[in-house]
Amino acid sequence: MSIPKSIALAASILLSAPTFAQNVAVVKFPELQKRLARPSDTTYVVNFWATWCAPCVKELPGFEQLRAANAGKKVKVLLISMDYASQLDKKVKPFVKQRGLKSEVLLLNESDPNSWMDKLDAKWSGALPFTLIVNNKTKQRATFEQELSQAELTAALQKFPK
Amino acid sequence: MKKLLPYFTLCFALLLSSFIARPTADGYQVGDKATDFKLKNIDGKMVSLADDKTAKGYIVVFTCNTCPFAKAYESRIVDLNTKYSPKGYPVVAINPNDPAVAPGDSYADMQKKKYAFPYLVDESQQVARTYGATRTPHLYVLTRQGNDFVVSYIGAIDDNSEDAKLVKTKYVENAMTEILAGKPATTNSTKAIGCTIKWKRA
Repeated sequence: MSIPKSIALAASILLSAPTFAQNVAVVKFPELQKRLARPSDTTYVVNFWATWCAPCVKELPGFEQLRAANAGKKVKVLLISMDYASQLDKKVKPFVKQRGLKSEVLLLNESDPNSWMDKLDAKWSGALPFTLIVNNKTKQRATFEQELSQAELTAALQKFPK
Repeated sequence: MKKLLPYFTLCFALLLSSFIARPTADGYQVGDKATDFKLKNIDGKMVSLADDKTAKGYIVVFTCNTCPFAKAYESRIVDLNTKYSPKGYPVVAINPNDPAVAPGDSYADMQKKKYAFPYLVDESQQVARTYGATRTPHLYVLTRQGNDFVVSYIGAIDDNSEDAKLVKTKYVENAMTEILAGKPATTNSTKAIGCTIKWKRA
């Protein structure tokens, strides 16, 4: 391989690297609600977090580990960023890329929590982090308005079908 | 196996207690009587609700130095005091965070704030637990009934934390308009995103 060609190849590999970082979809609440209401036998582990929330950032690796440990099973980890949509390119995307998050990340673009929070779960008072584990087929549901350790998260998922 | 049973029981009890020890969604509902407290202000003096005999009520807000949402609402909390203190409802701010968990919330850091209203430290976190506060900011409007203070509103300040200029519904102000007119607030309980209170690690 000629030197210019190898440089071009190296450059193309380097330049294409960012495309490995997942895209972060911005959603409105009705869309999220519809998705979580699907009559699926998959257990959804839904974590509400934000880049500015220290306990959230601390527990994120636990969710990533949970996803990896349940790969191939009917478990879906959804990380829902509560960052402002205006921070998508400045904060959220760089964060997702830098941490190499593999779980699907969405940004919930709603300015008034009071308009949708009760529809998601009446037990959530609004503190972050908040985690919802739901299986619509078995009608099981668990919520945690607190930071979860890896052990607590694994124990919580134990009760759900996989 | 039999020998192990006490261990399992202990493990189970520990697991259970780890959930029980955490504050739950309990606490005050609208209509409940709020018990008075005695907390240290940033000027070193102790403050109770009973101190101000002229107060018709209070706007009690659990807030802190460190939470981005508390910071975003800081000037709006100052504005609430400017607007409602002359009408008999001064703001009382309470910081419930454990500075061991949130270092910027130490008493010394709190003392850097220059508010026209008390900024109290809830060192034991008992007041936040009693109120059922879960996040910062978390706001409660109390209305005097004789010597008691009754919870008249719980929740959010308004509907847009990011930009005060884009606010469409001022939840607290709407509630205050009705409360000042001697009526119960139509919307007396609202939700908002905030930072978890940094509870002491057990």
